Amino acid sequence: MSVWQALSGRGYLASWWPWRAVAYLTSGALLGAVVLVVILGGVVVGGVLAVVLLGLPLLVLTALSGIPVAAVERRRLRLAGGPVPGDGHRVPDGPGLRAWLVTRLREGATWRELAYVVLFALVLWPLDALAVAFAAGVPLSMAAVPALVAADGEAKVVKLWTVDTWPGAFGVAALGLVLLAGGAYALGVVAGARAELTRAVLTFKDSERVTELVRSRVRLVDAFETERRRIERDLHDGAQQRLVALTMTLGLARLDAPPGPLADQLAKAHEEAGHALAELRELIHGIHPKVLTDYGLEAAVADAADRSPVPVDLDLHLPVRLPQPVESAAYFVVREALANVARHSGASQADISGGYHDGRLTLHIRDDGRGGAQVADGTGLTGLADRVSVLDGRLSLSSPPGGPTLLRVEIPCRPTAPSE
Amino acid sequence: MPADSPVRVVLAEDSVLLREGLIGLLSRFGYEVVAAVGDADALLAAVAEHEPDVVVTDVRMPPGFQDEGLHAAVRLREERPGLPVLVLSQYVQRAYAAELLDSGDGTGVGYLLKDRVGQVEQFVDALRDVASGGTVVDPEVVRQLLRRRRDPLERLTPREREVLALIAEGKSNGAIARALVVSEAAVGKHIGSILTKLDLPPADDIHRRVLAVLAYLRS
Repeated sequence: MSVWQALSGRGYLASWWPWRAVAYLTSGALLGAVVLVVILGGVVVGGVLAVVLLGLPLLVLTALSGIPVAAVERRRLRLAGGPVPGDGHRVPDGPGLRAWLVTRLREGATWRELAYVVLFALVLWPLDALAVAFAAGVPLSMAAVPALVAADGEAKVVKLWTVDTWPGAFGVAALGLVLLAGGAYALGVVAGARAELTRAVLTFKDSERVTELVRSRVRLVDAFETERRRIERDLHDGAQQRLVALTMTLGLARLDAPPGPLADQLAKAHEEAGHALAELRELIHGIHPKVLTDYGLEAAVADAADRSPVPVDLDLHLPVRLPQPVESAAYFVVREALANVARHSGASQADISGGYHDGRLTLHIRDDGRGGAQVADGTGLTGLADRVSVLDGRLSLSSPPGGPTLLRVEIPCRPTAPSE
Repeated sequence: MPADSPVRVVLAEDSVLLREGLIGLLSRFGYEVVAAVGDADALLAAVAEHEPDVVVTDVRMPPGFQDEGLHAAVRLREERPGLPVLVLSQYVQRAYAAELLDSGDGTGVGYLLKDRVGQVEQFVDALRDVASGGTVVDPEVVRQLLRRRRDPLERLTPREREVLALIAEGKSNGAIARALVVSEAAVGKHIGSILTKLDLPPADDIHRRVLAVLAYLRS
C-alpha cells in the first residue's frame, strides 16, 4: 500500500499515514541539510587541497557520496509506501577496495545517484521543510493560540495579526484544526509526489532488461515443467503398464509351472520384475507426483512427509489451490529439504509449517539437527532457489553450527479458481 | 449369493494390455467379467447396465488421465451403498485411500497398489475380501502411516501397531494370529485394547475395525 492509495481511501486522517508523511518529509529535511553541509564541505576542502593532490581522494569520496545517501533514500521510501527500487550497482569485478572503486566509478548508477544527491541537497530538502512548516506548523501554531493568550494575554497569529480576546482565540484555534486536517492531506500529496520523484530518479533502466530476463527464465521453467509431465505420463502409460502386465503374466505362469528349476527361474524373474516396477514407481513419483496435480500442495507435502525417514510434524493449512508453478516449486523445495534433513542433518525430528496469507505462500521447514548447512553446499537448494526467485519468491536458510536449521520459502501468488 | 454362481465383475482399465490380462486372470479364478471398459463414463454406464457384484477400477483414466477412476468409484458407492469396489493405483496415496474409505461406511472397499496384481494369489484374495464386504488397504499405505503418525498412535504399543497394520490389510483375527504366531485370544485382547485407546466404544464388531483404520487415514 502506498500513501496515494491511503489518500483515496476513507479513514486517512485517523490512520498512521499522515504521521508517516510527516516523518518522511521531516527526516528528508534533516538528512538533506546534513548532506548539503557534507557535500559543500567535501567540495570546498577537496578543491582547495587539490592543489597539493591531498584533496583528490576527498573529491572522489564526495563523488561517491551518492551511494550511501541513495541507499538511505531507498529505505526512507518505505515510509511513503509503494515499491522500493533495487540499487542498480553491479557486483565488483574482483575482491578488494580497488576493484570496488573502479567498478563504482565506471558505472552509470553511481553518477546518477550523485546527481540525485545534488538535487536533494540544493532543492528537495528545503521543499520538504517548507511543506512541513506550512501544512503542519502553521495550523498547529494557530491551534495553540488560546494557550498563548492564557499565558501572555495576547498572541500574534502567523506573525500577522494580534488576537487578545477569548472568542477570537478559540475561533483561530478552530480554524487551525480545520487547516490541520487539510494540511494532513496536503502533506500526504507532497510526500507521495516526493517519493515518486525519488523513485523515478533512483530506478535504473537496467530493470527493463532484468524483466525480460526474468520472463525468459519463466518460460524456461515452464518448458521444463511441461517436459517433466510429459516424461511422467509416458512412463506411466507405457513402461509401467507393460511391467505390471509382465509381472501378472509371470505370476500366472508360476501358478502353472510344476515345481522344479523352471518354477524357480520363474519365481526369480517374477521377483525381479516386481523390483523393477517398484523402482520405476519411485522414479515416476520423483519426476512429478500425481497427488500434487490431483489434490494440491497440502496433500503432496503430507505425502512427502509420510515418506520421510525422519519423523515430520506437519502444520500446513492451504484451503486454496495455488498456481501450478508455485505448487510445484514449493513442493520440490520441501522434498529437497526433507532429503537434506535425512541425509546430512542428523536430526531426529523435523517440522513443516506454513500457510497462505495476504497473497503469499509461506513454508517453514525446521529440523533439530546439527546445523551448518549452506545453500551453496551442493544441497540441491541452489537450483530451487533460482526457481523460487523466478516466481518472485524468496528462499532463505538459517543454519548456525549446532542447529537448528530453518528453511523458509515465501512466494507471492494468487489462488487459482477451482477448475475441472 | 449362491456359492456356485460366479462373482460378476465390472472392470475399468484403460490400458488394453492390462485389461486383457486382468480378464484372463479373473476368469481363471472363477470370476465372470461382465464388462471391461476403458474410461470413467463407460464404467458408470456399465455398472448401471450390469449391476455387478464387485467393481475393479484403475485410478487414472481418460479423458484427463487424472483421478477419474477414483471419483467414479466414490460416486458409484454414493449411489449404491454397499457396492464393493476395489481401486488399483499406480502409487500409494493416503489422500486417495482416505477419499475412498470415506465413501459409504468404509466396508466393501479396497485400495491396492497396482503392483499387487502381479502377486496373483494375494490380489485374488484381496478381491474376494472386498467382494464379501471386507476392507483392504494396501500394506504400503499402512506402512507409511505407521512411520509418521505419532498421535494417537503414540498410545499404542509396538505389538498393537502391528496388529492394527494387519487389520488394515483386511486380515481376520485368525490370519493375524497365524502371522504373529500368537493365539487368537491374544489377538482379540490386542484389538480390544486398540479400540479402547482409539476411543471406539463397543458396537458392531466389524465396523469398529474399519473405524480404527479410518481413524489413521483421517488424522
